Amino acid sequence: MPISRSRIGIRACRRVFKVEWEVVIGLETHTQLKTNSKIFSGASTTYGAAPNTQACEVSIALPGVLPVLNQEAVRCAIKFGLAVNAEIAPRSVFARKNYFYPDLPKGYQISQYELPVVGKGALTIQVGDTEKVIRITRAHLEEDAGKSVHGAVEGMSGIDLNRAGTPLLEIVTEPDMRSAAEAVAYAKKLHELVQWIGICDGNMQEGSFRCDVNVSVRPKGTDKLGTRREIKNLNSFKFMQQAIEYETRWQIETLEDGGTIQQATVLFNPDTGETRAMRSKEEANDYRYFPDPDLLPLVISEADKDAVRADMPELPQAMKARFEAEFGLSAYDATQLTSTKEIAEYFDRAMLELVSFEGASAYKIGKTVANLIINDIAARVNKAGLPNIRHSPVTAWHIVCIAKSLADGSINLKAVREQIIPLIWDENLTEADAVIKIIEAKGLRQVSDSGAIEAIIDGVLAANVAMVEEYRAGKEKAFNALVGQAMKASKGKANPAQVNEMLKKKLG
Amino acid sequence: MSLSISDIKRIATLARIEVSDSEAEVTLHKLSGILGLIEEMQAVDTTGIVPMSHSQDVTQRLRPDLVTKTDQRALFQSIAPAVEDGLYLVPKVIE
Repeated sequence: MPISRSRIGIRACRRVFKVEWEVVIGLETHTQLKTNSKIFSGASTTYGAAPNTQACEVSIALPGVLPVLNQEAVRCAIKFGLAVNAEIAPRSVFARKNYFYPDLPKGYQISQYELPVVGKGALTIQVGDTEKVIRITRAHLEEDAGKSVHGAVEGMSGIDLNRAGTPLLEIVTEPDMRSAAEAVAYAKKLHELVQWIGICDGNMQEGSFRCDVNVSVRPKGTDKLGTRREIKNLNSFKFMQQAIEYETRWQIETLEDGGTIQQATVLFNPDTGETRAMRSKEEANDYRYFPDPDLLPLVISEADKDAVRADMPELPQAMKARFEAEFGLSAYDATQLTSTKEIAEYFDRAMLELVSFEGASAYKIGKTVANLIINDIAARVNKAGLPNIRHSPVTAWHIVCIAKSLADGSINLKAVREQIIPLIWDENLTEADAVIKIIEAKGLRQVSDSGAIEAIIDGVLAANVAMVEEYRAGKEKAFNALVGQAMKASKGKANPAQVNEMLKKKLG
Repeated sequence: MSLSISDIKRIATLARIEVSDSEAEVTLHKLSGILGLIEEMQAVDTTGIVPMSHSQDVTQRLRPDLVTKTDQRALFQSIAPAVEDGLYLVPKVIE
C-alpha cells in the first residue's frame, strides 16, 4: 500500500534538492515606545483601557486637529540610535503614508520616509560560538493604527482607536541573516536591547514588539537576491522560527518544481505551522508618501544627543567586555550575565561589594559568583516564572556573604548549592544576615583544621583497604571514591581541597 | 511625463474618489497641465540646494510627555453613525 505524503509527515519526506539553496532574511521590527502619552497628542498610552476611552480628537482624526510631537518619543529614538552606533539625522522629516483602512481614520499614517531619524547602525549577535554583525539600515518614528474587533455585531467590524497614535520605532535591517536561528538571535538581541535602554517594555503578548520578516532564497554562491515574501506580525520567537523554516522550505520546493515566487505578504498560522499569502493588495501598496505639511522638520542637535548620552546605561556589549576583562569570565558566562539588565546589575552589584571587602582577591572568585548566579539563581528565577532576578529571595548581598565565606574557606561550594541557597529560596529568608545564620544553625562551617582532617582520612583509609589497593593498582576512580568517603565521614564539612591534598600525600 | 485615462482612474481608486468618464477627461487635462509646469521647473539648476520639506523655515516644536487628554468618548460617539460597547462600528472588514 503506498504511504500518503500526509501520513509520513513533513520531516520524513524531506526531499533531496537539485541545487544547494541559501535563505536570505531581513527584519522590520515595530517597537512600541515607553511613553506616557501618544506620539502626536496628550492621550494616554496605557494598555488595556476600555475601547476608545483613550482616543482623543487627534486619535480619531476630527477635522482641524493638529499633531504636536512628543519629545520623549524623540529621546527614545536618539537612545536607540546611540545604542546601535548609528548616524542620528540632524534633520529628519515626517511623511504621510496614504492608505484606507477603518482603523486609520485620517486615511494616512504619519511616518518617516526619505529622511528617517536614525540611519545606518549595527547590532552584534551571537549564534552558537560565532559572533555576527547585523547591519541596521534605518529606524524611523511613526504612529500605530487602531484595532479592528470582529464578530461583536453581525456584519460589522468594531473599531477601537485607543492604540491609534501610540509611538512606534520601526527598526529595519539589511538582508544580513542566513538562517531562522540567526533571525531569532537578532530579534532576541534587539528585544533585550530596547528593554535594556528603557525605550520599550518588550511585552510581546500586548504587541509592544512585533516583527515582519522578509524571506527569500537563492542558489548558494550567487549574489542576486531572490523574490521575497514578507511574513507579517510575528509576536513570538517560537513562531518566528517556525514561520521562517516553513516559508524557506516552501520557496525552495516551489522553485525546485519549476515555479516562481511572487512578491507577497503572508501570514503565519500557529495552528497549522504554515504561512499563507494574504489577499493580494498590489494596487493598495502604492502609499504615495509625501512630507506631512502639519509637521515641521525634526532637528536634533549635538547637545540633544549629549543630553541623552549622559542618561544612557552601560550597554550590554560594553558590560560583557568589562566582565570578561575584569573578572576573567568566559565569553559564554559574560553573555549569560548580560542576557538581561537585571542579571547584569545583580552580578555587578555583588562584585562591587566584594571588591570593597576583599580587594583584588575578589576578582579571583568572579567566576564562582558568575556560576552561582547563572546556574543557581537565574535558573531558579526562570523555573519559578518570576519577572526578573530582582524578585529572587537570594539577594546580591546574600551572594556577597556566600562568596566571602567561600573565599576564606569557612564553607564549601557543596554546602552553598545544596543547603544555603535552597534554604534561603524555599523559606524566603530575605534578611541580610540569613547566610551567616544558616551556616551557624546548620553547622556548615567546614573543617579546615589539618589535624581533624588527618584523623578522618586515617579512619577512611583503614576502613577501605580494598579501595586503597585498587587505587594503587592504577584505578583512578578509587581516589574519588575515597574523597567521597572522607567528605561523608566529615558530614560534608571537611575542606575538599585539603582532603584531596592530604589523601594524595597519604597514598603516596 | 504624460498621463493616460487609466492613470487617472487608478489615482482615483487609490484616493477613493469617484470619477466619471467625462470628469476623468477634464482631470487628465488639469493634472497634465500641472505636470507640464513641473517639467518646466526642472530646467532650473538645483545643484547643492537642500530639498524643502516645509514652506516655513522653522523646525518642529516638541511637547512634554504628559497625559493632558481626558476621556470624551461619550461626546465623540454622539455624532458617530453606529457604536456598540464603546466601539465605532463600520461595515465588516476581513483581511
